[in-house]
Amino acid sequence: MEDLLIPKNTSDALALNRPIVEDTEFTTLNLGPTHPATHGIFQNILKMDGEKIVSGEQTIGYIHRAFEKIAERRPFYQITTLTDRMNYCSSPINNMGWHMTVEKLLGVTVPKRAQYIRVIMMELARIADHIICNSILGVDTGAYSGFLYVFQEREKIYEIYEEVCGARLTTNMGRIGGMERDLSPTAIAKIKDLIYNSLPKVLAEFEKLFNRNRIFVDRIVNVGPITAERALEYGFTGPNLRAAGVDYDVRVMEPYSSYEDFEFDIPVGHNGDTYDRFMVRNQEMWESIKIIRQALENLPEGPYYANENHYYLPPKHDVYKNMEALIYHFKIVMGEIDAPAGEIYHAVEGGNGELGFYLVSDGGRAPYRLHFRRPSFIYYQAYPEMCKGVSISDAIVIMSSLNVIAGELDA
Amino acid sequence: MTNQQIAEDVVAKFGENTHSFEEPWGLLTFTTNRQNIISLLEYLKKHETFRFNFLTDLTGIHLPDNQGAEFGVIYHLHSLENNVRIRIKVFLSQDDLHIPTTTTLWPTANWMERETYDFYGILFDGHPKLIRILNIEEMDYFPMRKEYPLEDATREDKIDALFGR
Repeated sequence: MEDLLIPKNTSDALALNRPIVEDTEFTTLNLGPTHPATHGIFQNILKMDGEKIVSGEQTIGYIHRAFEKIAERRPFYQITTLTDRMNYCSSPINNMGWHMTVEKLLGVTVPKRAQYIRVIMMELARIADHIICNSILGVDTGAYSGFLYVFQEREKIYEIYEEVCGARLTTNMGRIGGMERDLSPTAIAKIKDLIYNSLPKVLAEFEKLFNRNRIFVDRIVNVGPITAERALEYGFTGPNLRAAGVDYDVRVMEPYSSYEDFEFDIPVGHNGDTYDRFMVRNQEMWESIKIIRQALENLPEGPYYANENHYYLPPKHDVYKNMEALIYHFKIVMGEIDAPAGEIYHAVEGGNGELGFYLVSDGGRAPYRLHFRRPSFIYYQAYPEMCKGVSISDAIVIMSSLNVIAGELDA
Repeated sequence: MTNQQIAEDVVAKFGENTHSFEEPWGLLTFTTNRQNIISLLEYLKKHETFRFNFLTDLTGIHLPDNQGAEFGVIYHLHSLENNVRIRIKVFLSQDDLHIPTTTTLWPTANWMERETYDFYGILFDGHPKLIRILNIEEMDYFPMRKEYPLEDATREDKIDALFGR
């Protein structure tokens, strides 16, 4: 019993348990892999001096699903489902990016109507992506109500996805050569209701709640700034790069899917801190609304898919009656159709930045090599540098504003 | 600034060390060797008119039938000022998979090179921390190499004649 009691001389006991050293003592803190604030499965091992972060190291790969390897065995149209699962907050952008890459390889020209529908869906996806990032940034700073307001709008966007392709999260939207079906009157009505009525109101309310909110602004201004030079060296793209003051947007630099037809602005930040990232994303949502309005008002008539029997599935009723349609249907579904050989890099502006597809085809039914340039994977490297010397609560805010998506990180 | 101008400038500077110029889908592509890759990238990055200041992508490829040059490292550079992209390739023999690191020019190359090492086993000399990034550290092979098929090799019902590669 005697040895379990605290010795009379307590300073001796302290000395036994913990040697007192003059130098600063660092603590190691594991942020993740399953921490609610990381919004995904990845780990940060932080070296802390009290509450300040001295250095950090990330461990990723917890949800690596070997998409690039799987893609080397799949026919082209089956790879779309893999792209869904990368940035799962804006799957349609990934889907369309992949379709456009394959269409570029095949030399298929997509009709204007399909291109406009694609633009509408991609911009809706961008809004959904930014809604998640910005509202969760609010949640991470302790403002929960904004999140609940805007998530209703995200739900409406998901209902539009459902109407257009039948799925909500992993959309597999569109086909190589166009869209799988035309926009239904219900879908158009839902989109119109969203972008003319509910979304602008809610977004304005959201901005009113946050943009000049003293508590929120104090919390994020000058947190995690990054200079334009550093951001470029770290391969930043998308809203995070634009927040640092570089007006690089793939939609403008290399217009795809008729983006050159629309008029919209590229919001640019000033010093690349969390507040700028928040504001750039907010403004981009307004620009997306602008693009969708233009696309809906000028939606061209005509077919919604290219007349490419070899790649685009024939209508189902033809398959039962028409010999040729049956043959093409069989060949496409079984992946019997070879693509031409070639080497392509195609980029689209994803929710987080430049989403690139590097495709090497050797003339077979599946890609010889497919590499995804995933924006999250590339800019997440800068995270330890950005949160050096800040407190743990600021580090959470920085991570949240970078919008690191685990699915995109690991592929 | 056209692809022709870039190609002529690069050839004038590096001569025989750059070859196989082509333009698939308008993207200037050429090949160099590992002795010149860093000086070439640095030259293009600091060139006063070209300014290829953005490393878009760095990845690897395995071409087992390409005798003596089985592995490739592919760089995609982007000149944001001129809005021009180029692609540079370096091929390595499978007996000697060393190539100098690009992290000295762009810190973003860090994880891209780690990923390439992780999947192809290409060794980037001078890299600050060349360890696996997406796969587990205990893994003792490089999974994206072509000798590792996706399908279970013991299965007889899924033959290549019917199911492709």
